[in-house]
Amino acid sequence: MNRGAKLILSTAALFVLLSAAALLPSRATAADEVYLPAKTFLAESFDGDVPKPEVLWITGQTRDAVQKILGHSPGAVRVRYWARGVRTAWILEEIGKTQPITTGIVVDQGAIARIAVLIYRESHGWEVRYPFFTGQFKGATLSSTHQLDRNIDGISGATLSVRALTRLARVALLLDAKVREPVR
Amino acid sequence: MKSKNTRRGLGCILLATGALAAGTASAQDQPPSQEEMWRIIQEQQKAMEEQKREIERLKTQVDETNEKVEATGERVEEVAKEPSKGGMVEGWWNKTTIGGYGELHYNGGLRDEIDFHRFVLFFGHQFTDRIRFFSEVELEHSLAGEGEPGEVELEQAYVEFDLTERTQAKVGLFLLPIGILNETHEPPTFFGVERNIVETNIVPTTWWEGGVAGRAILGRGFSADLAYHSGLEVATTGSGAYLIRGGRQKVAEAPAEDPAVTGRLKWTGMPGVELALSAQYQDDLTQGAEGVDAVLLETHAAIRRGPWSLRALYARWDLNGDQPEAIGRDQQYGWYVEPGYIFNTRFGDLGFFARYAETDNTAGDTADSKLEETTVGLNYWPHPQVVLKADYQFQSVPAGMVDDDRVNLGVGFMF
Repeated sequence: MNRGAKLILSTAALFVLLSAAALLPSRATAADEVYLPAKTFLAESFDGDVPKPEVLWITGQTRDAVQKILGHSPGAVRVRYWARGVRTAWILEEIGKTQPITTGIVVDQGAIARIAVLIYRESHGWEVRYPFFTGQFKGATLSSTHQLDRNIDGISGATLSVRALTRLARVALLLDAKVREPVR
Repeated sequence: MKSKNTRRGLGCILLATGALAAGTASAQDQPPSQEEMWRIIQEQQKAMEEQKREIERLKTQVDETNEKVEATGERVEEVAKEPSKGGMVEGWWNKTTIGGYGELHYNGGLRDEIDFHRFVLFFGHQFTDRIRFFSEVELEHSLAGEGEPGEVELEQAYVEFDLTERTQAKVGLFLLPIGILNETHEPPTFFGVERNIVETNIVPTTWWEGGVAGRAILGRGFSADLAYHSGLEVATTGSGAYLIRGGRQKVAEAPAEDPAVTGRLKWTGMPGVELALSAQYQDDLTQGAEGVDAVLLETHAAIRRGPWSLRALYARWDLNGDQPEAIGRDQQYGWYVEPGYIFNTRFGDLGFFARYAETDNTAGDTADSKLEETTVGLNYWPHPQVVLKADYQFQSVPAGMVDDDRVNLGVGFMF
């Protein structure tokens, strides 16, 4: 069998394999590759005792600040969050290269306690889903100019996803400060 | 019986008290009578009840307003997600993305030219969450056609499948997983106006082939790629015999007799660090002419931690055949090291770099055929996706060639 035929046969075999795999019922929900379901994320963030969600309206000065961080208008007018004491949890979304990245962020006493990628839809940059990458955000706080207090090292070939996560971390810290500021 | 004096004294006291009382009483109004006070209390009671009713009315109004605001907020979010304005139809435009990059170069020295080196457009489409299409079309040197300096090329066009959470496969025309630049070469992602000589002469970036490829995330920061694809066809005669770059077929009615297999093991377990090892085997680099099998080995480190940047790469071809051996082309290698430092300023990022690179496409013989290039320069990013570049390169060429020490300037963008 000559090499051309070998190539065709291998391609055909792989094609059959791929079709079979694509037709198999997916492990995750029919929608996206859910890396971590929101319920699990929240349960982990509040030791199993998840508070009722509250709503924060993104208006006025807050809206301006969020817009400055994201570089575009915040899609949502209202954001749901979960709060108990000095801890707040947020589920936010931002586009990496072409697809939105759904991210869970826990802020404790004004510093990032945890970042977890809940749904990752991009075809590159799988590294951002893993703790060895998101661990960089632990303890991060927001400066007076709304920047993170540290540099986040990126992943070659996935810089846009890394930047998206960094922007979301800053937004979460900003909104956390807003909900926990003393009522005048 | 009181004396006249006592009576007079008492009278004085009474008068005084009376005067005092009268004086005090005139400083305040006459205290209201009981009826008046009752009337006042009743009026105040009425006013309070009126206010209570008003507060209740306002409360209801606020509740209704809140309801309206909630409903408006919900609707705004729905519309924001569904640009087709509330319809149930999701158009292809929601799932299609366009991107691209471009670079304009000025080369001084002997080259002395200004050239829009590359203008590239990416088109991608997401069919389902697990199946997507991606393509890259490039126009080089502005003008393509018979006798023109440029070319229009299809550099990528493949369908990609997410098989499981950790594995992917693609079929079509794709970039080979070798080197640092081959898969990521948008102008803002590397230092220097022109690409380095190692990833030009040894790893012939941009290098794409047609075939199938799979990727798997192995855990602990490791990932692996394996591709089975069309191969190179190197010349067997002339001064360019067995040179790698000239062997790229670009999947343009390419001979499919001798495919190649490429594998890569990559480690990205630490943010900002990429280490990789790639290998390629092709049964016959001449596509049936002479039976020259070849192996390519490439390894690199690409590190960007804080302001520090470091790239180092080594690549080597071993061709197995009498003909290439006879002219010393059975061994071709190259390597480079490139440290850099990037400052974050208020007006963007400014990075400085130095690079030493050497290649030898005729390393199999003893004659001096080494090409060395030392480049120093800077990149300025006013925005992460826009870059201005300036560098100076010193060349050291083998005997018989002319070296071209020159300045290069460039502007590039990506989106």
